[in-house]
Amino acid sequence: MKTDNNRRSFLKNISLATFSTLALSGCNMKEIDEYLQQNFRELTDEEKDEIVKNLGEKYKKRYGKDFHVSYKPAMEGVLFGYALDISRCIGCRKCVTACVKENNQSRDPQIQWIQVLQMEKEKGVDLAHSDVHYNPEKVPEKGYFYFPVQCQQCRNPQCVTVCPAKATWQEKDGIVVVDYNWCIGCRYCMAACPYGARHFNWGEPNIPVEEINTEVHYLGNRPRQKGVVEKCTFCVQRTREGKYPTCVEICPVGARKFGNLLDPESEVRYILDNKRVLVLKQELNTQPKFYYYFG
Amino acid sequence: MNNNCNICYINELYLKKIEGNIFLHQSIKNKLIFMKDKLIQFIKLYGILPAVVFIFLFSCSPEEKEDSHAVKEEIVEIKREKITEDYAVDPPPFTDGIFPCNDCHAFQKPNPVRRELVEWHDDISFKHDSENRWCLDCHDLKERDSLKLANGRKLDFKESYKLCGQCHGEKYRDWKVGVHGKRTGEWNGKKEYLLCVSCHNPHTPKFKKITPEIPPVRQEDIKLFIKPENTESNEN
Amino acid sequence: MNFTRFLTGSLKIIFQGGKPYFAWLILLTILILWGGYGYYGQLTDGLITTNMRDSVSWAFYIGNFTFLVGVAAAAVMLVIPAYIYHWGPIKEIVIFGELLAVCAVIMSIAFVVVDIGHPLRFWHMLPFIGTMNFPHSILAWDFFVLLTYFAINATVVIHLLYSAFNKKEYNKKLVLFLVLASIPMAVGIHTVTAFLFNALPARPFWNSALLAPRFLASAFCSGPAILLILFQLLRKYTKFEIKNEALFTIAELMVYSMFIYLFFTVAELFKEFYSGTEHLLYWEYLLFGLGDNKEIVFYSWASIIFGVIAFFLFLIPKTRKNFVTLNIGAVLIYSSVYIEKGMALIIPGFTPDVLGQIYVYKPSMTEVQTAVMIFSLGSLLFTFLTKIAIAIIFEGYNIDSLERKERKK
Repeated sequence: MKTDNNRRSFLKNISLATFSTLALSGCNMKEIDEYLQQNFRELTDEEKDEIVKNLGEKYKKRYGKDFHVSYKPAMEGVLFGYALDISRCIGCRKCVTACVKENNQSRDPQIQWIQVLQMEKEKGVDLAHSDVHYNPEKVPEKGYFYFPVQCQQCRNPQCVTVCPAKATWQEKDGIVVVDYNWCIGCRYCMAACPYGARHFNWGEPNIPVEEINTEVHYLGNRPRQKGVVEKCTFCVQRTREGKYPTCVEICPVGARKFGNLLDPESEVRYILDNKRVLVLKQELNTQPKFYYYFG
Repeated sequence: MNNNCNICYINELYLKKIEGNIFLHQSIKNKLIFMKDKLIQFIKLYGILPAVVFIFLFSCSPEEKEDSHAVKEEIVEIKREKITEDYAVDPPPFTDGIFPCNDCHAFQKPNPVRRELVEWHDDISFKHDSENRWCLDCHDLKERDSLKLANGRKLDFKESYKLCGQCHGEKYRDWKVGVHGKRTGEWNGKKEYLLCVSCHNPHTPKFKKITPEIPPVRQEDIKLFIKPENTESNEN
Repeated sequence: MNFTRFLTGSLKIIFQGGKPYFAWLILLTILILWGGYGYYGQLTDGLITTNMRDSVSWAFYIGNFTFLVGVAAAAVMLVIPAYIYHWGPIKEIVIFGELLAVCAVIMSIAFVVVDIGHPLRFWHMLPFIGTMNFPHSILAWDFFVLLTYFAINATVVIHLLYSAFNKKEYNKKLVLFLVLASIPMAVGIHTVTAFLFNALPARPFWNSALLAPRFLASAFCSGPAILLILFQLLRKYTKFEIKNEALFTIAELMVYSMFIYLFFTVAELFKEFYSGTEHLLYWEYLLFGLGDNKEIVFYSWASIIFGVIAFFLFLIPKTRKNFVTLNIGAVLIYSSVYIEKGMALIIPGFTPDVLGQIYVYKPSMTEVQTAVMIFSLGSLLFTFLTKIAIAIIFEGYNIDSLERKERKK
């Protein structure tokens, strides 16, 4: 009996030691730190600085370029709003391409935060009969109009309600953001979003090195990893520095307008006062801050 | 005895005096005692579960109450400089070799007769209310380096938006605020304006169609990315 | 000390058996290895090896998860009729029902783990060590109810088996309380899982008030079917005794749930087809296809036809009391509900998607392999647990028999 016990406990100890060595051998301190990182909203500024520094080093190693990773918080007294003129959009998709470049979206497997839908003029705004894969010779095609859709930055975001880990939330300036280091990839938010605005990194994202944007924000356009959800953040890396989102600037016909809803003299407030706006799927009570109008 | 049961108010037999003036039917009293015991048992057995739920319900972190659902949307006062009538615009998009116009027109006799141009400027296709308008409605007869407003006032090419604004008042109003036209600059600071003519050809303003960017890849075609054998840097 | 001997003794029992038993074990092991290879591919390359994409972001895995939660819920529901109808071997029914429930809960949690993008980050959704979004997110609720249900069932089973092993009387009060608690919990887990889908106004196909009742009704149709077959097998190969009438009553109870389920479905169909709003598109895709996209029409009609045939087989007393038709009916209803929870629930919820686009989904090889791996692992676990339970209850495996064996050495 005694020899049985000795043999048994010896085997047990050996297996435990082997398992822990194997488990921890692949990790170094940095990886363990990153794994144990807490939810972004619970971090102190020092911890955020450390994380952002590590990210910069990681990106430098991977892409060979110096990144500037910021975690600049929201400005006071700002609530971002967006307005899109459906009578002007010609469906050229320049906004889509510019967004992909600015926000470091994966080219293959392809992710596009903006989806432009082609709709029939006779049917009006009718999602069930729209087409996202339109490809005529020239746009705008006769008899059709164009309807770009991206994250509506709802005031009552369904995605924030359903996330089990609180990995997505609405910031003070109204932008709904995702902490890519906290998201577990359950995709409940994607099922909950009525606008198809959230996209998942099904595979490891691939960005050509020469097109990568090195001015990034932790909650915005920093290069993501596979298995996390991402979405339009109103170019948080630009708008918190006072610039327009890239889609607004690149639109050749000026169909896109952006501004501070709390500023009575902003473009977006002017549109709310003088043009007639509508929101998509208004009956769902998501109260988007993305308005469509007919200018 | 004219006492009624304190619960059902029926004067009945088998009333038992509980205390003072309270009378209850024997069976009701027993039932009450029984129910009281059961309730205590129930709370002892099941009370843990609601207590646990209670704790979790109230374990919401304070920040959740703070930033869930919106900033208070009250209009705020924003200090800014007064906007003048003159807008900092990009320079006018002149065709090469055309400006300054007086290089040729200083030596020519001005001809105010409305006609179709044959010798010069015949490359300009004029489709801007061509039934009613012609060149000298906007271009000044004597000062060819200027445009002119309806009241005769001369206008530099750099302020051509005032001329367009005469007829296209609504668009002009929108453009001044930044709501019409391509928008660049700063959303809370200096906006960058473009002249109307930077996008709209004043002689043929109608936009030509353009070729769209390629459509998104069909989701059925999104597959695992396999790196090609010879890894060039501009391969995806 | 006894517990370790219980474990080692049980381990020996698991590896004792006839040729068919070992053939079954080997088959399951092969399937696990084959499936594991596919899952490994998914771990390295990401979920792109599945056929889920942005439009259809939940599919085969979540369908299986939903189905297995139903099985877990229904397994325990037999306790009430067993009690009311005095079926005799109540303890055995409870044990096997709860064993099935435990395995089903483990399998359903496994399906969630293989579905998420970062399984190692699961602790982010736990309270205290992570940031759980309780009470807003229904997934957080689901986590709690599944955990509680698993704990209750595991406690009952282990306690009953271990006390039998130790030849001691089990704690009647505790067991009764836990078993009674597990019944509302069973209703709870499937209702919360239904609420997971119901909560989303973005998906009109799921956003109907009848979704949770339909879930419960379909679970009670299908869960007892496995136990029906299991009890017949046990009766044949062990000393387990259950009257024919008990089995027929199970089938009769399933008829009531089937009827309720059919009625709810007719109610849903009426509302959608008569009102004829745009929300009809999802049901149209399910039953008739949209344009050229008729992919799941075959499966949805197969599910309906199987279910209706099973309903009539169980309804008519002659076919209900004939074991051949009874078992055919059990298999039919089980397949019907399996197809319905996977294909006919998840896919039409996402097709057409929120922006009106249609993405055609078919499970990829990786998804099939991973599912096979999980089902095989669950079956293996269930086989082992039932073998131990049978040994303890029917074959006199207990502390005395172990000591006798050791003394013989």
